[in-house]
Amino acid sequence: MNTARPLIELRQVSVRYGDVTALSQVDMALRPRQITTLVGPNGAGKSTLARVVLGIVSPSEGTVSKEPSLRIGYMPQRIKLDDSLPLTVDRFLWLGQPSNKAARKAVLKRVGVRHLRKRSVHQLSGGEWQRVLLARALLRSPDVLVLDEPAQGVDVSGQDALYGLLKEVRDEIGCAILLISHDLHFVMAATDEVICLQQHICCSGTPDVVQRNPAYLALFPPQTQGNLALYQHHHDHHHHPEGDACAMEDTHDN
Amino acid sequence: MIIELLLPPLLAGLAIALVCGPMGAFVVWRRMAFFGDTLAHGSLLGAAFGLAVGMALYPAVILCCVMLALILTALQRQQFIANDTLLGIVAHTTLALGIVALSLLPQVKVDLFGFLFGDLLAVGLAEAGLLWLGASLILLVLVLNWRQLLSITVNEELAKVEGVPTHLTRTLLMVLLALLIASALRTVGVLLITSLLVIPPAAARRFSPTPEHMAILASIIGMVAVVGGLAMSWFLDTPVGPSIVLAAAGAFLTSLILPARA
Repeated sequence: MNTARPLIELRQVSVRYGDVTALSQVDMALRPRQITTLVGPNGAGKSTLARVVLGIVSPSEGTVSKEPSLRIGYMPQRIKLDDSLPLTVDRFLWLGQPSNKAARKAVLKRVGVRHLRKRSVHQLSGGEWQRVLLARALLRSPDVLVLDEPAQGVDVSGQDALYGLLKEVRDEIGCAILLISHDLHFVMAATDEVICLQQHICCSGTPDVVQRNPAYLALFPPQTQGNLALYQHHHDHHHHPEGDACAMEDTHDN
Repeated sequence: MIIELLLPPLLAGLAIALVCGPMGAFVVWRRMAFFGDTLAHGSLLGAAFGLAVGMALYPAVILCCVMLALILTALQRQQFIANDTLLGIVAHTTLALGIVALSLLPQVKVDLFGFLFGDLLAVGLAEAGLLWLGASLILLVLVLNWRQLLSITVNEELAKVEGVPTHLTRTLLMVLLALLIASALRTVGVLLITSLLVIPPAAARRFSPTPEHMAILASIIGMVAVVGGLAMSWFLDTPVGPSIVLAAAGAFLTSLILPARA
């Protein structure tokens, strides 16, 4: 159990749009080095909760307390960019943080896409976009990293590599990570705490505890998980987006 | 002789085209062409208002345009009707109101054609100087806020999380656009200002690897169009405003033929 002082703490947070309740009385704390994952069906309020953490949505009720001068890195699901706007990856990173070229080169190297720096963002594949968005978030040296469906549009080996990368990042800079995911499959292997959301918090805890919780099983009955049954294999390599496999010093430590 | 006659219009046109490059790029990137159109129509109402209360033209037009921009920016946050519907209602209502108001002013004889299509040749040296002053001011504000403006254009939520005051930045862009459109009223006119905002960046797009490149290239294309339009007007005795737009359109068509570079 992570007992560090929370970086962000939500108490009894509710969000309503007119008559529609998007979130109801949610308590949540994000602590350094902790990976928290939000799971839940469509419309369960996962994105709304993430937006409250990001400060884009203000709660109708309840309080959000943040550490002063907290830096948040955000990796949105996808970016729809008008074709009329020419933009290189390098310029895209500069927009997030007026940084020097060396820092931008270093962060792209860190997420394994150094070769994309001068590429137009309009030519990026789904997986490459994810890496670039992660690089932009990391460039801010965030205390909290929020990722909305980071694995969407990425193939299985790409997802695997991405979650591996997130763990490495967490270990390197010690940030808290909040993930939104549909992907029960990977969530369980890469997470410290799972929060199962359906407007309110149905259940939360470590992956093993949550998986046995009746509330979780009611939302995700085992038969609907199909061949996405939980698996916890050990990685002995990971893939660069170019496709070459590399040895990985540190595999899963849980 | 020719120089004395053509120099003030040329300088005035170049000042407008210079600012239209980066401002027009934002109009294209953010799909704000209709918004620009609406402000341009509103500037006519400003002219009528100025004549009615005996105010000088530029202050009246600028006041009206900036107020309209602020009202529209506020109204666009509502969900009641779609934005383009809202703009359609406001644009044509203000245009109609402006024309009706001008016709009701009994003793004033107004050159409506001049307002609609511009009257660049009537610009004097003092007015050209004033336009350069305004242009420099808009450019300075643009440069100082460039990263924020570009950041909210690429992705507003990401910009907000990264600490950009998104609402303020968006309002700033609208006010700058209103200032530009109000200053351009006399030169290219209500109906043609949007094309001078949209055509040069569109022509520049295929040759630009970065936003800055596109904005600067759009300025250059716009300035070439001003020179070309003035020349066409001089030699063929055509109206200046439409000639400038035709020159810009010619540049755009040429850009489609040339091989892309970005």
